Amino acid sequence: MIKILDRIFKYIGIGAVLLGLIVLAVLVLDVVRDGFPRLTWDFFTSYPSSKPEQAGILSAWVGTLWIMLTTAALTIPLGIGAAIYLEEYAPKNRWTDFIEINIANLAGVPSVVYGILGLGLFVRALHMDRSVLAGSCTLALLVLPIVILSTREALRAVPSSIREAAYAVGATRWQAISGQVLPAAFGNILTGIILAMSRAIGETAPLVTLGALTYIPFLPTPPVSVSPSFPYVNFSLKGLLDPFTVLPIQIFNWVSRPQKGFLICAAAGIIVLLIITLCLNGAAIYLRHKHQKNW
Amino acid sequence: MKKISLLWSIGVMFLLAALIGPADADLIKVDGSSTVFPITEAVAEEFKNSGGQAKVMVGISGTGGGFKRFCRGETDISDASRPIKDSERTLCKESGITYIELPVAYDGLAVMVNVKNTWVDHLTVKELNRIWEPSAQGNIMNWSQVRPGFPDKPIVLFGPGTDSGTFDYFTEAINGKSAASRGDYTASEDDNVLVEGIASDEGAIGYFGLAYYEQNKDKLKLVPIDDENPSNGAGPIAPSMETVMDATYQPLARPIFVYVSAKATQRPAIKEFINYYLKNAPSLVEEVGYIPLQPESYDAAVQRFNQGIKGTVFGSGIKTVGVKMADLLMMEK
Repeated sequence: MIKILDRIFKYIGIGAVLLGLIVLAVLVLDVVRDGFPRLTWDFFTSYPSSKPEQAGILSAWVGTLWIMLTTAALTIPLGIGAAIYLEEYAPKNRWTDFIEINIANLAGVPSVVYGILGLGLFVRALHMDRSVLAGSCTLALLVLPIVILSTREALRAVPSSIREAAYAVGATRWQAISGQVLPAAFGNILTGIILAMSRAIGETAPLVTLGALTYIPFLPTPPVSVSPSFPYVNFSLKGLLDPFTVLPIQIFNWVSRPQKGFLICAAAGIIVLLIITLCLNGAAIYLRHKHQKNW
Repeated sequence: MKKISLLWSIGVMFLLAALIGPADADLIKVDGSSTVFPITEAVAEEFKNSGGQAKVMVGISGTGGGFKRFCRGETDISDASRPIKDSERTLCKESGITYIELPVAYDGLAVMVNVKNTWVDHLTVKELNRIWEPSAQGNIMNWSQVRPGFPDKPIVLFGPGTDSGTFDYFTEAINGKSAASRGDYTASEDDNVLVEGIASDEGAIGYFGLAYYEQNKDKLKLVPIDDENPSNGAGPIAPSMETVMDATYQPLARPIFVYVSAKATQRPAIKEFINYYLKNAPSLVEEVGYIPLQPESYDAAVQRFNQGIKGTVFGSGIKTVGVKMADLLMMEK
């Protein structure tokens, strides 16, 4: 009797797993069937268009790249810095407990709330307008708690014997952290950052709230450009203040259009987004394995 | 040491170059109605292809949302699927924004039912009012209540959300007051959601722009509308390019607009873009599924724009419902 129950539970478990996998497989297959033929070179090098056959994702993927790089540049130093302070320097008292609880809570706040914050703070109060910078700042706030939490986790996984060994040979606290702890935790920290980025890349709600515009037939000012006159190579951060669009918003826009052709464009866009996310997650898994240490 | 200072000076030069950067092309910011978006998008695209230098970006935040931004001075042009409201005029006035109103096309609102619906061959405006008026909420739940002889089938309603100009117009035309509607219906800003909803329920009825019907003819049944006013076509009339143009499809045909900030019109790029817009609207409007105005209307709009005539012709008390193309032309002149 007990054995039968045991077996029944096993099949329920298998059923639960299969159900999830099948739904996912059907969704992916459906999207790939619709969108795959649309994935041509032109699709990546064309701007959005009112004619579905000519529409492409150039401004969307370049915008996504800008947003990701800027978000990473903002999040990584802030997130790792905060985590090092909280884990290695902060005294254990009520105040730090309070901060810790809040960071954990912030990680669970719905993303649209960050969008509204971004609209009020970055777009309106700080006059960043609907720019790459405003978008990245908003997304940085969104993923910062994730980076802080995972970095702390990574630092905590480094055994205290390593720190003590460093102190024993006369290292200062910072020398111990920078020379021993951080390198040891590097793999896990990187994994956390990549997972945070792969969350940010798919976020639509906060950027829609921000009003990231949908039809943008031009790119942000490139950071490096070549000109025929002196100084020949120009570096510019002006792109940070340029308007942008990102892949999820472009997909969102296409899905709500009446013409069937745009739904196919959307499916193709979804494939691109899925592949990027899959690559990021794959990289995270690979790094985790590569840097796994047995102390 | 010399080498290092040379490196430094090169670095500083790059930094300067970064700060100055190349000259910026003119940026034209458009936002507003999702109904007008496809037209403005098509014009912006052709404008660019024909060598227009200005960068045009077009957003979608609904007619109401667009005017909010426009009246804050955040955009140069506002797409609108209805004329500017009194409250929005006040808002613009407070921040010193004046504007030029330009009609760009006509749009028909289509009323649709499920393809399996065999009983509805047409509806009158009165019947639509019975279905959609605010007091119908919780009361009119069955088709048999709409007209004697209709079967005993639950009625399921679909319509655009309250931020939409389409919602404002439909409620004004059918219920007599803008934004007066029953609330117990499935509302979505995404018209494809409405298409799917109506297509999947036998008792469904809903309304949205004609362009969405044209693309989903196989899934939906179009309902001819009778306004019981023989002077503009007797009997029920289905929306189409022709019936909207000759003003027999009433009252669910409406003009749609762009509003240009008067301050922005001083920029040559905006002048160039708007003139291009009005000149190419007739062909592009039709291409994206809307109904072009009479050619004289576009001429009048060009004149309004180039003479810088500010304000709206739909001042307080002037109804937009039932404005025919010919009326619109008269008002513009």
